[in-house]
Order: sequence, then structure tokens, then C-alpha cells
Amino acid sequence: MKEVKIKIKNLSVYFNYIQALNDVSLEIFENKVTCLIGPSGCGKTSLLRSLNRMNDMIYGFRMNGEILIDDIDIYNKEIDVVNLRRLVGMVFQQSNLFPKSIYDNLIFAPKILGIKDKNELEEITERVCMQTSIWNEVKDRLNESALNLSAGQQQRLCIARALTVNPDILLMDEPSSSLDPVSTSKIEELLFDLKRNYTILIVTHNMQQAARISDYTAYLYLGQLVEYDKTTKIFTNPANKQTEDFLTGRFG
Amino acid sequence: MKKYHSSYAKKRTFKSALVEKTVKYFFFLNGMISVLFLLLIILFLFKEAISAISGIGIAEFFKNVQWYPTSDAPRYSIIPLLYGTLLTAIPATIISSFLGIILGVYLSEIASGRTREIIKPFIEIFAGLPTVVIGFLILAVGSTFFQELFNTGTRLNALLAAFGLSIILIPTISSLTEDALRAVPDNLRMASYSLGINKFSTIRNVVIPAAISGVSAGIILGFGRAIGETMIVLMASGNAAELTLNLLHSVRTITATIAGELGEVAYGSPHYYSLFFIGTFLLIITFVINLISELIIARMRKKLKKMN
Amino acid sequence: MNNRFKENIKKKSSSDSIIDKIMINAIRLFSFIVIIIFILILGKIFYEGIGVINWNFLTGIPKSDISKGGIGPAIFGTMAVSLIMLILAVPVGIFSAIYINEFAKDTFWLRLIRASVNSLAGVPSIVIGLFGFGFFVLFVGKSIDSILQTGMFFGQPAIIWASATLAVLVLPTIIVTTTEALNSIPLTFRQASLGLGASKWQTIRYVILPQARPGILTGVILALSRSIGETAPIMFLGSAFFLPNLPLAYLDLSFIQIPIINPADQFMHLAYHIFILSTQSSNPTLTEPFQYGTTLVLVVITLLLNLTAIIFRFRFRKINEVVKRNQ
Repeated sequence: MKEVKIKIKNLSVYFNYIQALNDVSLEIFENKVTCLIGPSGCGKTSLLRSLNRMNDMIYGFRMNGEILIDDIDIYNKEIDVVNLRRLVGMVFQQSNLFPKSIYDNLIFAPKILGIKDKNELEEITERVCMQTSIWNEVKDRLNESALNLSAGQQQRLCIARALTVNPDILLMDEPSSSLDPVSTSKIEELLFDLKRNYTILIVTHNMQQAARISDYTAYLYLGQLVEYDKTTKIFTNPANKQTEDFLTGRFG
Repeated sequence: MKKYHSSYAKKRTFKSALVEKTVKYFFFLNGMISVLFLLLIILFLFKEAISAISGIGIAEFFKNVQWYPTSDAPRYSIIPLLYGTLLTAIPATIISSFLGIILGVYLSEIASGRTREIIKPFIEIFAGLPTVVIGFLILAVGSTFFQELFNTGTRLNALLAAFGLSIILIPTISSLTEDALRAVPDNLRMASYSLGINKFSTIRNVVIPAAISGVSAGIILGFGRAIGETMIVLMASGNAAELTLNLLHSVRTITATIAGELGEVAYGSPHYYSLFFIGTFLLIITFVINLISELIIARMRKKLKKMN
Repeated sequence: MNNRFKENIKKKSSSDSIIDKIMINAIRLFSFIVIIIFILILGKIFYEGIGVINWNFLTGIPKSDISKGGIGPAIFGTMAVSLIMLILAVPVGIFSAIYINEFAKDTFWLRLIRASVNSLAGVPSIVIGLFGFGFFVLFVGKSIDSILQTGMFFGQPAIIWASATLAVLVLPTIIVTTTEALNSIPLTFRQASLGLGASKWQTIRYVILPQARPGILTGVILALSRSIGETAPIMFLGSAFFLPNLPLAYLDLSFIQIPIINPADQFMHLAYHIFILSTQSSNPTLTEPFQYGTTLVLVVITLLLNLTAIIFRFRFRKINEVVKRNQ
């Protein structure tokens, strides 16, 4: 049975009087992959970054509306942003590994969060590498600099690193936009495995990718949600003419 | 018509080529003046230092641990002066690194845009203050205040000079720290925040380690400045060439010795040459220090390139 | 629906959130303390010094034990030394920068010049003073004396040698700032000029130099400010304890006598005067207001110069940004 994980209610986001999102409401389902698509500047990334409150750090950010995760308002004053970000992981467009070894990248967060036991740290390393099927590629070179890995491996390691803090939700901002097709398909395969344990939101520019990997698709345009439905429905029989035009490449 | 054109063009080319070449040589020769003076400084100092070595003997500079150049049995040991230099420069570097790095972190990571726009030029202007002004204030205000605070025997001492030096080192270290921190790509901070790491931990575990070479270059450069600074130590250190490790004692630095004695020394005397010897010694130390910090900065640039 | 999220989000975020707040605020606090110390330093000088500032103090001649009178000769001497320093250093500095930025390709010579400028910038000022004394006064000056048979005229500390030594000291400052200024001029300016058939020299003369003027001026002002504040190198290069007469010579044109700075004379200097007042005075308490007053004058001069330099640089950057944005 599908259950609602995230409820976004009438969300509007502003950056210094520029409105990035206008009255967006949608429900994201647990253990599904949801794709956010739309032309550049339509607010996909703003929406994504609202979910782990990364927008808070941008000067001039304001919002209206509500975001509930498991029925908890994440913009409530009681909520500790730092706690939230541990539960809502994020992977960025460009891999942003620390200039440290592979191992140090993976134990970075657990160590700061207080895990001192070496065995435990090694267990975490192995678990997240297995989950992202990168274990065989890195297990013999854990002490090498992470920046020596290929671009595709770096991005998968970023995903692995995001998993080290046991998030419930994974946000991905065009995670494969700068990768070659082989690395891209590896990441896509990964998503199928990951959605068993995580709720995944992914922003992509690549329509084929959206169709291949996602269960649900939301189409945004100029900060508004135009259409949101099962991916199969959106790609075969969109209810909205605008969506159809965008998907068939007539604009966007 | 055509013929006229081509000969005109040729004539012009020849003449202008000559002008261009002359102009280029003129600028080149100006550029070489810096090279010339650097060479002159090195050659001249070394020449006089060698005269000192042949006149007094190299061993004399490193044994006896006394600097009494004007006594009947003159002693020319650089050791107490070196103690004095380090006893002022090291505490100064420690104090100013602590405060300078904090200020740099504040400006780069914490201050809002507007606050930074006010504080940065202020610090920059403050950094341009003549060091004699700081020396004077330390003498006029700091020494008495300090004596009451620490209840020291001598009004002027190494620690007081170190505080004075810190005031001029903090701007240097803070601005180099800030530059180094701002060069760290923002996506590393984002990576840390997105893992639920808070600001201070991010600064400590991500930003500073990524910028560590720039920060340490700043510290080393600050140390070099502390060693080479004259007026503050001349006015605040007490100028007793004492072999001590006690920060609350008067000390005499290499720079203060040159500044205090060169005016009264007889040209060509052993004392005169010995001042050039300690000057050469100082020159070598600062060269090495500057070289180290430059190498570190070059390495940091390379590393940052890789990160982007 | 599992309740993991619910349990974890409500978790009283352990001690590290509090530690974070404490540390961030500690950084703020220490930074403000440093800034406040800086403000107090300036404030103290203004507060104590402003009382003695008047016309007589600024233009008057120091009296007997320098606790009375004024600092006129010190202000004059500082300006005289700095003026000659600028005449010596500015052209060389600007021409060097032009070579570095406009002519030199990445050759041995360029690298040698750059490395020398950097090294020269790192030489402690006292060492430059030591060099100036040994080289300019005792070597160059004495050589001139022996060639011209002028006895002990050039071979002694004087304005010209102090200026020359300070010129060596500030040369790197001028070169580095001017190079930066030239370097920040958009490439399109050069291309446009060269494309119109102008020669390289014409391009530099009529396009690049006028464009870079505020940037170059920044360097000149910074150099001036630095040379005014430097005390150590001039201590044994002719700065005098007490000199009631201005270092002037008169150019005799029979019907009129034009006063000019006498470069072979000794001089009083603000920075050195502060040093002398505060360390050599027989009665420090008596001269204290004078010490603060002299310091205030020096501080105001250097602060104004540095402020001007910062404003110039800010404007210069703005202009270049606008040019670049419009392309």
C-alpha cells in the first residue's frame, strides 16, 4: 500500500521579492521515486531545497504554506534544522566530496555525530557502499583521495555519503546531469534498489530518465504545479495540454 | 598609387618597429631595477657580513652568549638577540593567530554582507597604521596598565612587545585567513550542511581543513613580519640583551639592536660589521620564512584547482 | 508508516546544537573584542591628541626641550622626504609594471623580475635601512664626494638618501598595485586599439594608462602612506632630533630667491619625532600631550591616505565591472 510521506500544502517561496514557487500543493508517497520536471527556473530546485530547509541559508528567503513530513510540520519552531537534514538527505548536481580519503568522506558525518567505535564506523562504510553498489570498486582503496575517483564513482560515493546518516528521504538535484551514459545508468539502477528503503525525490532535465526511473512525476512551470500524477499516466496521457507540449519537446 | 601605398607602409613599419623596440627595452630596464636592488642588498649585506666573519670570527657570534659590542672586551654573540627576537615573535604569533583566525572566520563565514563591508575596510585602514604609533601607545598606556596587571618588575618586557606586535599581525593574519576560507568552494559547505552537520562543525571539519594551507601561510607570514618588525620591539621590549626565557624580562631583538646601535657606530669598526652580520642573519631568516609561505600558497592553489 | 521520522525529528538535539551556538557566538564575541580594541586605540589617540592641535602646533618650531612649540619642521621634513621618494620610485614602479603586464611573456626575465619584486617586498624595513646607510650614504655618497672633491657633503645622512632608501622600500608596493590595475583592464580595450592600427606603445599611452589611472593612483597613495609611517629605516639616514631650520636651499636668480628642498640637508620627521618624544624626552609626563598630538597628526595623515586609496580602488573596480558587464 502506498502511504503519503510528504505533504506540501500551498507552498510559496520567495527570494527577495522574487517568487520562486507559487501555491504548490502535492503529496509524495513513501518508498517511491518522484520526479520533478519542468523548464529551467521553474522552481524545481527551490521545491527540493525547501524539503531539507537548505533554502534557509539563502539571504532573503521567505515562505508561506506548510510542509509536513510524516504529519510533522518541518518549519515549526520546535524543529531542529540539523535533525531534519539528517533525516532528509541530499545529493547535489556536482559531486561535492571533501578533499579527504574515501573512508574519511564516509565516516565524516557519523564521526561528528558521535560514533567513535571503529568497528561501527567500518560497518557503516561497508553498508552504504553495498547499498550504492560501489563496494567492489572502492574496498581496496578506501584510504585514497576521493577526488581520484571517476566522476560517476564520485557521484555514487556522494549518494553513499548521504546514506551514512540514515535518512528517510533522499533529495537528488540532477544527480547525473554531468555524467556519461554508462555512469548515468548505474545511478538509475541504484535508484530502483534504494527506493525499497527510502523515499526519493529527484529533479531531472532528462525526460527519458524521468520516464525510466520514476513512479510519480510532477511538472512545474513558472513556480506553479501544472500536473502531478503517476509517471505512466503523465507520459502517455497527460491531462494538461501544457504538460504534453513540454514532454513532446514543443517547448521548454 | 599602389606603389606609393606599399612604400609608405614599409617606411612606417620600419620606423615604428624601431620605436616599439626602444620602448620595450626602456620598460625592461625599469623592470630590472628591482632585480638590481635585490642583488645589491644581498651582495652588500653579505660583503659586510663576510668582513665581520673575517674580522671577528664566525665562532664569536655563536658562543659566549653575550652581546656587549662597546665594552673593553667586546662580545658579539647573536644568541641573546635571537632569544629576544623569538621571545617576542613567537608569543605574538600565537596571540595574533588565535585572534586573527577567529576574525577571519567571522568575516568569511559568519558576518552578514553589510557587516563585512564595514569591518573589512576598517581593518584594512587600521593595518596601515605606522608601527611607531603602536609602539608609542604601548609605551604610554600599555606598559603601566600591564605592570599593574602582571605586577612585573620591569615596565618593558618581551610579553608587552608581543602584545604590541599582535596588534599589527592580527590584520595580516585575518585577511589571509579570510581569503583562504572564501576560496573554499561553497558546495563543500553544502555537502556538510546537507548531512545535518551544524555550522561550527562545518567550519571546523570542512572549511578550515580545506583552507589549511592558506591559513598556515598567513601564520608563517605573520611570524616573518614579527621577526622583521623594529619600532614596536625597540620601544616596548626594554632592550636588555639578556639570555632569558622569561617573558616578563626585558629582551633585545635583532632589529632593535640594529636600529639602536647603527647611528652611533664607527664606520669600519668590528661593531659596524657585526651589525651587518646580524642584519644578514635576519635577511636569511625572513627569506626562508617567506619562501615557505609562498610554497604553501602555491600548493593550496593547485589543490583548489583540483577541487573545482 | 514507520515512526522513525517522528521519533528522530523530535529528538532533543543533543548537546552539539548548543555547543554550536556557543562556539559561533564565541567567534562573534572575540571578533568584536578585537574590533573594539582597534577602535579604542584610535579613540585614545584622538581623545588625547586633539587638545594640542592648533595652528601654532602644526606650523610652529619646536622649542628647547621639545615640550613647547610645534611640529612644523617635522611635517615639512616628512613631506620633503616623501616627495623626493615619490619622484624616485613612482616612474620606475609604473614602468616596471607596464613591462610586467604589457610586454613580458612568460620568460626567464619575467619570472626573475616577479620573484625579485616579491622578495624585495619581504625584506624587513630595518634591513633596507641598513642597506641604505651602508650603500647610499657610505658607498655612493662617499664615492661622489671623492670624485667631486666635495669633502663630507654627500657622504653623510641626508634627505636624498632617506628618500632613496624609502623608494627601494615602497617600490614593490607600487609595482604590485600597478600591475594589478593594468591587469584588470578588459582585454577588449587593447584589442580595439590594436585593431584600429595603433601600435603597442600608442595603446599603452592613450588607452591603457588613462584607463588605469585610478588603480595606479591607489598604488602611489599606498606607497606614500607606507613611507610616511616607516620609522626604522630613516633613523640613521638623516632624521634629526631637533632642527629648527627647514631643510631649504635658495635658488638665487639675483632678483628673486626661490626656496627649494635641499636634498643634502638633514630633516625632522613625524614618525621619528614620535619615537624621540616618547623615548628620549627628559620629562615624559610634560611632553605627553605633545606626543599624542604628534601621533594624532601622523595617524590622521596615514588614515586619510589609506582611506583615499580604498575609495579609489573601490571605484576603479566598479568601473571595470560595469565595462565588463556591458560587453
